[in-house]
This record gives sequence, C-alpha cells and structure tokens, in this order.
Amino acid sequence: MSLALQTFSSVKDANAALQGAGARYLGGGTLVVRAANEGDVSISSLIRVDDPGLSQIAVSGGKVRLGASVTMAAIARHHELAALAPAARAVGGPAIRNMATVGGNLFAPAPYGDFAVALLALDATVVTEGGEMPIETFFADRDTSRAIVTAVNVTLPKAESFRFLKVSRVKPKGVSVLSIAALLQRAADGTVTSARIALGCMADRPMRALATEKALLGCKLTPQGIAPALAAAGEGIAPITDPIASAWYRAEVLPVHLGRLLLS
Amino acid sequence: MAKVPIQFTLNGSEKAEFVESGTTLLNALRDKIGDTSPKGGCHQGTCGACSVIIDGELWLSCLTLAETCGGAAIKTTAGLAEGGVLHPLQRAFLDAFATQCGFCTPGMIMAAKVLLDRTPNPSRDDVVEALSGNICRCTGYEPIIQAVLTAARANSQNAT
Amino acid sequence: MELRKDYFADVRKDGLHEIGQGRPRLDSPGHVTGKTAYFADRNFPGMLHLKMVRSPHHHARIRSIDTSEAEKHPGVVKVLTAKDVPHNVYTILILIQVGPEDETVLADGKVRWKGEAVVAVLAETERAAQEAAAKVKVDYEVLQAVFDMEEALKPGAPLVNEYHGQNYYLYDSGECRKVRFGEVEAGFAAADHILEQSYQSSPIEHAPTETTGCVVAPEGNDRFTCYTNTQAMFFTLDNASIILQMPGSKLHFVGGTVGGSFGGKVDVIVEPIAILAAKLTGRPVYFIYSREEEMQISSPRAAEKVVIKDGVMRDGRIVARKVTGYTDAGAYSRHSPYGAQKGAAHYPGPYTIPNVWIDTYCVYTNRTPSSAMRGFGVTIGDFALEVQMDKLARLIGMDPLEFRFINAYRDGDMKAHRQPTEGAALIECMQEASRAANWPVAEKYMAMSSYKKGA
Repeated sequence: MSLALQTFSSVKDANAALQGAGARYLGGGTLVVRAANEGDVSISSLIRVDDPGLSQIAVSGGKVRLGASVTMAAIARHHELAALAPAARAVGGPAIRNMATVGGNLFAPAPYGDFAVALLALDATVVTEGGEMPIETFFADRDTSRAIVTAVNVTLPKAESFRFLKVSRVKPKGVSVLSIAALLQRAADGTVTSARIALGCMADRPMRALATEKALLGCKLTPQGIAPALAAAGEGIAPITDPIASAWYRAEVLPVHLGRLLLS
Repeated sequence: MAKVPIQFTLNGSEKAEFVESGTTLLNALRDKIGDTSPKGGCHQGTCGACSVIIDGELWLSCLTLAETCGGAAIKTTAGLAEGGVLHPLQRAFLDAFATQCGFCTPGMIMAAKVLLDRTPNPSRDDVVEALSGNICRCTGYEPIIQAVLTAARANSQNAT
Repeated sequence: MELRKDYFADVRKDGLHEIGQGRPRLDSPGHVTGKTAYFADRNFPGMLHLKMVRSPHHHARIRSIDTSEAEKHPGVVKVLTAKDVPHNVYTILILIQVGPEDETVLADGKVRWKGEAVVAVLAETERAAQEAAAKVKVDYEVLQAVFDMEEALKPGAPLVNEYHGQNYYLYDSGECRKVRFGEVEAGFAAADHILEQSYQSSPIEHAPTETTGCVVAPEGNDRFTCYTNTQAMFFTLDNASIILQMPGSKLHFVGGTVGGSFGGKVDVIVEPIAILAAKLTGRPVYFIYSREEEMQISSPRAAEKVVIKDGVMRDGRIVARKVTGYTDAGAYSRHSPYGAQKGAAHYPGPYTIPNVWIDTYCVYTNRTPSSAMRGFGVTIGDFALEVQMDKLARLIGMDPLEFRFINAYRDGDMKAHRQPTEGAALIECMQEASRAANWPVAEKYMAMSSYKKGA
C-alpha cells in the first residue's frame, strides 16, 4: 500500500510507532526515501520527529552536542565547528548536505557514513532516550536497536590533532572508495602518544584500526616511523565490494592513503 | 489508498493538492501540479536532475516527501524566466552551448542559481563545488562551468 | 573554430554559410526553460505502471511461474508472461536480414542472464506494481553459467543458447567473420620483428541521465501512440509490429527527444511489451527503467578481446597483420553479430598493409546482452590498434607519429577487405595534429599527401 508518513513532536511519542513492522525513521530521507523509491516494499511507514531540539547545535567548553537532525550543511557552515567541517563537507553534494543528518549518517551502511567515521575517531557518544553510550556500542547494536538517536556528543579536537580523508573516484564529490579519520596526540618531540583511527568501507560500518593505532604509539610521523602502522593497516578489515571498488582494491589502497594522511 | 494534502508556493504561486501519502515532491510537481522541469534521472539522490530550490536552499525533490513541504517556497527552473525574459543563467547556458540533451539542465541551473544568489563572484572552484551534485553525460561539464562564470560576470556588470 | 582551407584546396567547395559557424541548437531554449517535453513529461488519466520481474540467476531453467498472488494484489490490473506475447521473439536486426531470432520478449522456459525479463506486472501505482512484483513466484533450476569468452569457446562449456547450438554466432563464413588478404605467414617470415599483443575491454554502460522508457496511449480505434526515447524510431515501430502481429499502420510513434543515449536506446526493449500491455488493458501504460535497471539491465558496450600480431620492418613498414577479435555479445545477439562484422571491415585500421588476416568472433556468455554504443564494433578495436602502433614504433625506435605516416593509407590503396581507399585524410589530419600539438615530425612527412600521386 502507499507509504504512510507520521510526524511526531517528540521522540517519546514516536517510539511506539517505530516498533511497528515496516516502520522506518525518516531523517533527511537520503537513505530511506531512496530505498522506498528503489522498490523496497518492506518499508510501509516513515516516522519522523519535528522537535526543533533535534536540530540544535550547542557548543560549550570545547565540546559540541549535535542534535540528530542537524544537517551536514549546518555543521559545515558553523563558525565554531571548523574541525568537523571537512568531514561534513565530504558527504554528498550541496543538496545532499542540506538534507543529510548526523543521525542518518550513523545508520548509513558502507560505502556511506563518512561523517560517522569521523565521529568514531573522535570518540563521540551517542544519545538516545535510554541514555548515552560510546559510539562503538552504538555500532555494535545498530542492527537490532529500535531506539531513536537524539544527539551526538563530541569533544572538538584541536586542528593539528585531527585528520580526515575521503577517497572517491569521482571528483570533487563521489561515493567513498574509503575514508579515514585520525585523532592523534603527540609529545613535544613529535612522537605519537595516543591514536584513534577510524576506517570507512573496511567493513559494513565504521571500524577502528586497532592494530594500526598500537603500531603508531611511540613513533614519529615520518615514512620510516609509520611503516609498521601501515603494515598493520589490513588487520581485521573486511572491506566491502560494490560498484565503486572491490574488497581487494580497497585493501590494496588503504595503506597508501593512510600513509598519505599520516604524512600530510 | 490514503490521500494527504500538500500545500506550498511554487514559483510564487499558491498550490494546494491531494496526493497519495508518501509521494515524493518530484512526482507531485510533475504528475499532479504539471511542472515537469525537475527530472527523474535516478530517484536515489545521485544525479541531481530533480534539483529544486526550497526556501532558498538546494534540495533533491526525488528524496523529499511532498507532504513535508507545507508552507514552503519552492522554485523550479520552469519558473525562472520572468515575463518571457530569460534569467541570465538561462541566457548564459544558451550562449555557451552548455546544454545538449538538456536532461540535466534544469537541475544544473537550480544549483547554479543557489550559488550565484549566495556568492555573486564565485571562483571556478566554487562553481565546480556547487555543481558537484549534478551529473551531465553529454557536455563534459566545461561549457556548464563557463556558462555559470559568464552569468556571474554579467550579474556583476549589471550590478555596477 | 578554424576551417583549414588549404587542405584538399583543389576539390573543396567554398562559400559555406553554416559549416564552421557556431549555431545554437534549436532545442536549447526548451532545455533551459524546462519546456522540452521528454517522453515522461506527459501524463495520462488512468495510466498504469509496468514493473518487470527479472531473473535473479545468470542461467536457469524456469520450472514454473506462479502469478496468482500478484494478480490478486490491490491495484494490479494485469500480469503478463511469455504466453501473452503474440510473437514472442525479440529481434532487432531482422529487418536488415542480420537476425537471428534468439531472444524472447518475456522469458520462455529458460533465462540466460541475470536480469532477463520474465513477468510484466501492471498496476495503478508504481508502489502497487512493486509490491505485486515481489509476490510473483518463479521456480528456477539453476544451471552452470559462463562469464568469460575464452571459457565459453572451450569444448564442454555451458551452452548459453540452444538456438545457436554453440557459444558463437555462425556467420555464412563460418565461426567468425573472415578477411584474407595476401599471405600473412609469408609476411611474418619476412619481417624484421614480430609483435603479438592482447588487448581487453570491459562492458561499458552509457549511463544516460534519462533512463530508457516509453508511455503508450491507446487511441480508442485499435491504434496506439507510443511516446518513447528510442534512438531508433522506425526499427522500434517495425519490430513492435512484428512482435505484436499488428500492422505498422496501427502504431504511431512520437519521439526524437532523448535525454542522452549514446547508443543505449536502440534495443527496442520497452516499447513492444508496453504496447501489448496497453492493448490488453485498454489503458495508457508507462514503462521506465529505474536507475538500477538502466545501469545493470540495459545493454552495455560489449566487452572485447583483441589479439594483434604484427610483422614490421626496421624501416617502419608493417608487412603483415593478423587480428583476432572477440566480442562478448552476452546472452543474446542483438547488435553484436553486426558489431563483430564491422570490426572485421575496420581492421587493420587506416593503414596499408600487404598481408592481412582478420577473424572476428561474436561470442555468447551469460552476461547482460551487449549492444550499440558510440562506434560499436570499431571503437575498442581502434584503442587496440593505436596502442599496438605505439608499441611497434617503440620496438623499432621510431617516433610514433612518423611511424603512422609511413603506414598510412592513401587514395587508391586496396584495403584488406578489397575496397579501394577513397577520400583518405589520415595524413593531413596527422600533419595538422603535429602542428597543433607541437609534435614536430621530419619535413618529408609534412610534405606527404593522401593522393597517391603525391609524395
């Protein structure tokens, strides 16, 4: 039957509706309306919440709370979110960025979800009505949880400690071959003291490059210094194969692009 | 089959209709209201041929539900020329041979218009970025980029 | 744009008013104002949406089709299978005697590629058609498939199409199109160097921004108007007439406005089934490819493999060329036998070579049937030929442009397929390219001419 849309003024009210079979949450529509257009008849109703609180951006004390309905465009133009802008700008083209939301990006399956890759590196937390959880927990439970994401909390990194790269075949914008986000702390002499590295397209959802992170500790960001980290880049990855690139290709180029990002 | 009301202004003119719930804005504009200038090239948000302007922002009508546009001010390429006088962008596209099969053209013009409304003096990189959500399979993009830069120059000349 | 009037000055007519001038396209004003009417920019009351149920398997026998649930689905008006099609043979080139009749409009007993059309569902809305299509049950017996041309040509390979009886198109000349000119083996024996290289291409999708489709409106007098974006209006009308066993005078085709095609809208695929549906329901029918169908289902440029073996002299003359070309037609012929034939006529390229052997094969695999695209049959061959020319030049230590001057054909030279060269202009083009690209060549090449009596 035709797709039904239900709009609620609060997440609490929407929760019950979302439990129904065939119900999907509607953020910007870039994934869900697309699926319906493409003939996914398992989607019978769309649930959305127009609470303006979900579109709020609140910056305080070096942290930002991004409402789940905040769009990529809103992040990209926010004067206090310059550190996040490269990742937000990497999503889609201008129109997609007006529509695509933070919440939606968290649920986007690879090859999409570039902003979520950045959030993973930044150790963000994900907020639902049930509480706040580390983003890793969110990704682990993503397929089964029916909780509506209401916000994401993230500590804003210093410019020099956060790097982000999206690689696509089509320039300037295209679907990801892969994306990499790296949050690195370094001592005065340049050695890496902590590393969080997130990868996109190396699994069906963003993942941490744990072996790479470990191999970077105590190293300098020079070609020799990062060699062990690059050698470990493939550990634990199961890249996707899709019309953009094969798993083989993604695995082959990952250390190349990771190396460029670390040396940039 | 459930019908829902849709209501918005289209190119300055008030529209109110009933459509099947879940109808995309693209289909509502084309099939119900009769504005066929936005095109359905992919219905997945990748080609940009369905681009429209909603409240001054570039939007993909194929991924937008018509019933969520209540009260919005929507613009399409069909409404650009005023009183039969072509918009500078339309004139520039003609002069630069920036349209061949024409299917991407309405969407390109929408994306270019949003750019020029915000950035009257765009650099080439600005233009490329602004058009990065629109696919053209005929022109190779260069004539389109030149058309937008030419229209920007014409605008700035007229402004002085 | 500059017209270089010094070339062929003695035979050219001047006083051209249009050639060489920039002229606006007649349809541009419609494009920039959104007034150009593509086929889907029309609406008809009571219009039905056609969704095609397609094979999920590369190669399978159809044991049974159950459309009962689909037919009962709310909004469904009709469901069509092979038995509903009057002449269930899909045959593009039968009108120019290229044939063959190896493909059906709706699959009958067997599917030979993933995506082959099996059941057409007609419903009041697109969504109802999609829902009903999901309820069609087809029982398949999956068969072994072959995706590689060389594998397909090996003995014991799965047979793609019983109609042919082997995995290649049988020309009147045998298993391939053949060109024999001079004595290649003698040429190779006399050559200073031999170079054999293999070139390959993948299928290439046209990906037009507008997808393939049509809307068919019954006119109420047994006549049907078909608004379509086909590139081949008369082919389509004539083939629809054959498939529907309907006189051509009952069909009125309106088109010519195409949102890009590049050869991808010549397959006559959507119109016959849409017209049949309009006839059987008495209602307008809309059949448009989704983006996924356009990319995966619609025919691509054929994958090709080209093996070129050349015998070349130290002084730059190619004295023998053997070309073996393989065109991957996919599961069905469509334009591919014609394309492979074009290739045979096109090799060995615009060069005069005394000993030539050409074999071009049209091979069947369980891939998406390929078809026309921008110079099909020739374009990939040119890629292979020109890379080979560069490699030969490098092999003998010669400038690649000068190497081509030495071998270029000229008026009067006999081509390998026994047509005399006429109107050759390769030499002049290369001279102009040398100037424009600032790639100087020796004076003697700049003095050459395509007229045999010249330098």
